[in-house]
Amino acid sequence: MFPAELGLHEFLQILWYLLVAILLLGYFILDGFDLGAGILYPFVAKTEEEKAIVRQSVGPLWDGNEVWLLTGGGALFAAFAPAYATSFSGFYLAIMLVLFGLIFRAIAIEYRGTDTKWRKFWDGAFFIGSFLPALLFGAAIGNIIGGIAIGDTLPLTGGPNLGSDYTGGFFALLNPFALLCAVMGLVAFITQGAAWIALKAPLDSVVRTRAIAARSILHIVELVVFVLVSLVAILFVVPTFAPERVAAVFAYVFAGIFIVGWVVTRLFITKGNDLLSFLGVNVGPIALIGITATSLFPYLIPAADNPSGVFTYFLLPGQDVAEKGLTLFNSGGSELALLAMTIITCIGLPLVLIYHVIIYRTFRGRVKVSEIEY
Amino acid sequence: MELFADPGFVSGLARAQFAITVIFHFLFVPLSIGLGLVMALTETRYYKTRDPKDRAATLFWLRIFITTFIIGVATGITMEFSFGTNWANYSRFVGDIFGAPLAAEALLAFFLESVFLGIVIFGRKRISAKLYLISCWLVWFGSALSALWILIANSWMQTPAGYDVLPDGSKAVITDFWGAALNPSTIARYTHTVDSVLILGAFVCMAVGAYYLLRKKNVEFGKQFVKRGLIIGIVTVILMLPFAHMQASVVAEEQPAKLAAMEGQYEDGPADLTIIGFVDEESEEVVGISIPGFTSFLASFDFSTEYPGLNSTAGPIDFSAYPGVKAESYQGGNPPVQLVFQAYHLMIIFYGLMVLWLILAGVLLKGANKGKYSKGLAYLVVFGPLIPFVAIQSGWVVAEVGRQPWVVYNLLLTIDGYSPAVSGIEIIITIALFLVFYLVLFIAWLRLVLGYIKKGPQVSAGDGKDDGPIDLVGSAAVSEGASAAKLKGGE
Repeated sequence: MFPAELGLHEFLQILWYLLVAILLLGYFILDGFDLGAGILYPFVAKTEEEKAIVRQSVGPLWDGNEVWLLTGGGALFAAFAPAYATSFSGFYLAIMLVLFGLIFRAIAIEYRGTDTKWRKFWDGAFFIGSFLPALLFGAAIGNIIGGIAIGDTLPLTGGPNLGSDYTGGFFALLNPFALLCAVMGLVAFITQGAAWIALKAPLDSVVRTRAIAARSILHIVELVVFVLVSLVAILFVVPTFAPERVAAVFAYVFAGIFIVGWVVTRLFITKGNDLLSFLGVNVGPIALIGITATSLFPYLIPAADNPSGVFTYFLLPGQDVAEKGLTLFNSGGSELALLAMTIITCIGLPLVLIYHVIIYRTFRGRVKVSEIEY
Repeated sequence: MELFADPGFVSGLARAQFAITVIFHFLFVPLSIGLGLVMALTETRYYKTRDPKDRAATLFWLRIFITTFIIGVATGITMEFSFGTNWANYSRFVGDIFGAPLAAEALLAFFLESVFLGIVIFGRKRISAKLYLISCWLVWFGSALSALWILIANSWMQTPAGYDVLPDGSKAVITDFWGAALNPSTIARYTHTVDSVLILGAFVCMAVGAYYLLRKKNVEFGKQFVKRGLIIGIVTVILMLPFAHMQASVVAEEQPAKLAAMEGQYEDGPADLTIIGFVDEESEEVVGISIPGFTSFLASFDFSTEYPGLNSTAGPIDFSAYPGVKAESYQGGNPPVQLVFQAYHLMIIFYGLMVLWLILAGVLLKGANKGKYSKGLAYLVVFGPLIPFVAIQSGWVVAEVGRQPWVVYNLLLTIDGYSPAVSGIEIIITIALFLVFYLVLFIAWLRLVLGYIKKGPQVSAGDGKDDGPIDLVGSAAVSEGASAAKLKGGE
């Protein structure tokens, strides 16, 4: 499970485990608010002008935000190819739904303003295209935390992980814990969206009033769902963890961060400080990704001894089969590959951060109706 | 059902899906990169002149560029996902090498183009004219840079280098980063591909201009666009000669089976260049008009250079030297000959047509400058973009089908790269969805772009110094509904 010695190679593998987690967190935080805004779009915006305000608030930013997901996927492929292969092929139909959602959403945002004849179609595409990825993101994470059924021809450490394919079938992905995680993710995304719209909509607009109301309610719903997910996790899921999941105990630290963050954010929300409220709701994603990373470590995809029938699985999640899971060590790339990637990141990441400073500075402040361009 | 889990069947479906989605994606990518250059050049001109007419032209091209670019971006996500979803065993085999360029593409190119695209669409009033111009160029540069990374990845599949295959044949491991990145076909493929998409951009620019000449509307813009397209077109079509030669030399050197299939050559010897014809696979002969030894000349500047024929490249192979290949999957080393042959010659013939069309456009422009030109000529130039479109697609058919039966040349068979976790039924469902969804997107795109072209560049009154209200992505939707509740901007 763990290599006998930790050299440069293992250090790089651990580093890339962290980097993949950070990239996914970047996606959760940045694309989170624009996915959330897309889901709230039909509810907080009724008139053409209100709709334009919501679209304008994410218009210049969403594309760069979404690249975090593509970078995360690319990094997973580059650093842990077997985990990328097993998860993407195992969750095939779900991934395709995410994909169709992302495609239609991208085009809807850009076409909606000009294409007056297809207005309703693009409005729908913006909503559904935001909803599907937001829902399935959590479902995927839930399945992975719980462990998935994996074929049993897996070679041990250093091997190629050929044969480590998902064998559980589509419906086993809809197990209760994964569905709860899906709701958790969804609520987190929408809360971010509400906080974002409240921050960006013109001060005296109806959109802002509605977003503030949504922010307050969703923030409470987020806590309720979090408590529920945590209870199910502690009672039913954590006991199935293999002892090799050594960092799982730190998940409680992140759970604490979630709670503290929630309380502080609640104060900001009650006081009506839009900027601090928006920053505050992002503690949720940080904590959730932290919980995910710590409860999985050193696994990327733990193998669960899933009973084959859907109904048996509904009663109890499968027990971890420690040696079958994909860990960062047995599926990690070679030392040279990871070193090259690290150098590329050292060049690329500062640039990416500069781009973000440029674009968020350029479009700082609230949306001005006079400036709406679509 | 057994069939839906059969590797041959599933990998066949996965190939069909990849072909559909990548061809669709690559309708828009060449247009984006090609028109991106036209857009950036037009914006540069406007930056210098501040002429309202140039402003109209730059807004016109920006609109078409954005409308096209976004489809390229969105359908590109499909491609990144498809390696994991449909080619899991392939991903496991190549991940150590193939993943890095994909991640680098996202990190170094996607962020650049997406962030600055946001600024280009929404930021004209928020930043200085100079920064705006720089942003336009950065979007174009980002798209060209992303092409570099993905073509590095593709080239490695064609001419792998800088790797070792583990003794158990389970995966390729990188041993030399620069060797893998700058593998034998990277530079030839990149120059060949980028030049081809710039040709397409030039032809679209000429076609739009010719359309205005045909309609006798926006005639000044018409002449300007034909001229601009013609200049870019002449440069890029001439540049194609050395780039195509480089590409041919690499194929001849590195992928003998592909070269043999391109010319339908079965026996070893100098390779002819067929102008038009077909391969009679029964008698192993090419029927048609050909120039003896000319392909040898193209690849090596010598008519007598000998290349192996399909009978030599068919295999069998010594499996101990190919640890990644499953003996039971190997059925000879040759690609489908007729398809590669025809696609290759289609590309060559269409290159000839491009030269012809540049002359036609030249004649049209000369006539237009004198105020007298034939409508038939303008018509021909309007349909000109179909020529580079067909040439680009058929060129890629040569590259990708010509590599078969390998997914990574001489390392991994396509049939062994499939996803065991995905059933044939699932792929059939997603193929159907892709067909429907992509058709919808295509219709949406076509309506908008044709609408923009019909409307033409809109010159607004002004002294050119003031950018005025920008209607880049159309404010019609807002102005209709906004009258009732007028809201003030905050902060």
